[in-house]
Amino acid sequence: MAERLRMIEAVGETLRSELERDDGVVVYGEDVGRAGGVFRATEGLIDDYPDRVFDSPVAEAGIVGVGVGLAATGMRPVPEIQFQSFLYQGFHQLAQHVARIRSRTRGTITCPMTIRTPYGGGIHALELHSESFEAGFSHVPGLKVAIPSSPAETAGLLRSSIRSPDPVVFMEPTRLYRSFREEVPDDHEVPLGEARVVEDGDDVTVVAWGSMLRETLDAVDEIDASVEVIDPRTLYPLDTETIADSVRKTGRCVVVHEAPRTGGLAGEITARINEEAFLYLEAPVERVTGYDVPVPLFAREDDYLPDADRIEDGIRSALEF
Amino acid sequence: MPREDVAEFTIESVQVLAEDETVDEELIPDLSDEQLLELYESMKRSRRLDERAIALQRRGELGTYAPAIGQEAAQVGTAFAMADGDWIVPSFREQPALLVRGTPPEQILQYALGMEEGAEIPDGEGALPPAIPVGTQPLHAAGIGWGEALQDRDNVAVTYFGDGATSEGDVYEAFNFAGVYDAQTVFVCQNNRYAISTGIEKQTRAETFAQKAIAAGIDGIRVDGNDILAVYRVAQEAIEQARDGDPVLIEALTYRRSMHTTSDDPTAYRESEEEAEWEARDPILRFQVFLEDRGLLDSETEDEIDERIESELADAIDQARTANEAVDPADMFRYVYDELPPYLEAQLEAFEAERGGETDG
Repeated sequence: MAERLRMIEAVGETLRSELERDDGVVVYGEDVGRAGGVFRATEGLIDDYPDRVFDSPVAEAGIVGVGVGLAATGMRPVPEIQFQSFLYQGFHQLAQHVARIRSRTRGTITCPMTIRTPYGGGIHALELHSESFEAGFSHVPGLKVAIPSSPAETAGLLRSSIRSPDPVVFMEPTRLYRSFREEVPDDHEVPLGEARVVEDGDDVTVVAWGSMLRETLDAVDEIDASVEVIDPRTLYPLDTETIADSVRKTGRCVVVHEAPRTGGLAGEITARINEEAFLYLEAPVERVTGYDVPVPLFAREDDYLPDADRIEDGIRSALEF
Repeated sequence: MPREDVAEFTIESVQVLAEDETVDEELIPDLSDEQLLELYESMKRSRRLDERAIALQRRGELGTYAPAIGQEAAQVGTAFAMADGDWIVPSFREQPALLVRGTPPEQILQYALGMEEGAEIPDGEGALPPAIPVGTQPLHAAGIGWGEALQDRDNVAVTYFGDGATSEGDVYEAFNFAGVYDAQTVFVCQNNRYAISTGIEKQTRAETFAQKAIAAGIDGIRVDGNDILAVYRVAQEAIEQARDGDPVLIEALTYRRSMHTTSDDPTAYRESEEEAEWEARDPILRFQVFLEDRGLLDSETEDEIDERIESELADAIDQARTANEAVDPADMFRYVYDELPPYLEAQLEAFEAERGGETDG
């Protein structure tokens, strides 16, 4: 039966139902056991699955690396990295082993691991607790990168990630963990690699994910035009077709992300629009992004993060070009 | 509270077959004459594979290759102590151990010829492919040993790395994870004295590498890594201990007699006196004298073994060359994901169209 859940509850409930469904699923990470995770996503799981939910040593390379071994023995590791910036300590294991083991063994060893990690700003956290490195993970062939934007999307994408035969970096927008409730159908699945058209429109396409989708929807409310809003949901592999189809219809596009601009996914999406829909464009693709600076401490965080005003300005310049 | 000692430790070292050929009869492992000869043949097979591979690399046929010459006892002895179902988690210099575990030499050569086929794991075999980044794979072995324990299976993971790898954080993390989760894992550190050019005195101030286990709460033991009887004995005990959920770190004291890889020139950092000293301690030579003294090996048997090895290797080289001619470059697209995503499908089509064009043009 569908329940109205917060995103954080959707994470916990999905983990619980996958632990129930598949004996191979093993959930571990720093503080995920007794404490239920720093955000309480895994609360209570250890009581019901004491043999498959573990507190782990504080060692991110280790958390990622042992997952390769667990997977090799036939298990389905679902580790949590407490904050995305600490996944940098495990990035070498991701890029050197997790992402490549299928390729380099021609499919004889695989790593169906889902690495969950909260990401992004907006919760007034410490330094290095607010980064959005989805572009970096999306530059590693063999990985998949998913970012949900609502409780139902979280349940659907996380379930598909855990069931996926490929490794997934599953980035949860910290800011949305407790921000609103939504009906979450039981056993909900959202396929990886498929974008969602959140709102139909004819005048301009806006592409946004994670917490930026919420900001975008607020901005759209202020705009007197027909705006099509697309949530890619999976950043890698990216569903180019849905975006290109939309741009062929609207002729204009704005890409919104909170990560720094240079090398960010807005650049990639722009390039793909150039390849697929250039002759339909009536304006250059607009980027509304974070700045090319380290994400500042929280006193300046609101100035760094794109908000509804900046997104509104971006949409207007695309419309008025 | 007064000042007092709260922890102390010792590191044991084991040798059966001394450098002067004296033998500690009590420590000789329980192995049949056939098994003893098998150990000898395995070491020689690996040495010849390495020698042939170096020659092939020098002729431009192979890519960069990391020979294990001098380290045969450390690897063959440990691998020989493993049981069916156990896992081998190698670095990039584990030809002796891989051969013992059943990897055919042509597959080792294929990998060196730059083909992923060489890293393909045969059905049902417990192995990971070579790990190129130093010190990353012990974590995988910790994960395997943990996974086997979680699933109530008996299999053990044995992983190999060098002295230099112990400076990497991942290696300590692996010891620590294994200890915390009672992983069925044996860590084999081959202290071969050099990490490319950097000697052990620049690698650590610790007296032994075995004691690096102590901080993680697992057992560490040192063994004469050029003494195959001692290595086998220590490995067998460690593997049985790991089977019960007590991981072990073995430091095998050995010497890399050849180059780090075929791209490296050890004369730049090693003295020839030192090399000569270790030549005299060669693991194959030492074991050969032992076998001869026991009447298990004569020149006739030795010739038979050598001929068998040469003919096997000749076949392996032929097979690797043939496989190399049949490489399909489009394969690089086929194993990235379980299913080819649409954009990769498109890239594959474009790639094949381009190649088709080249062939036609």
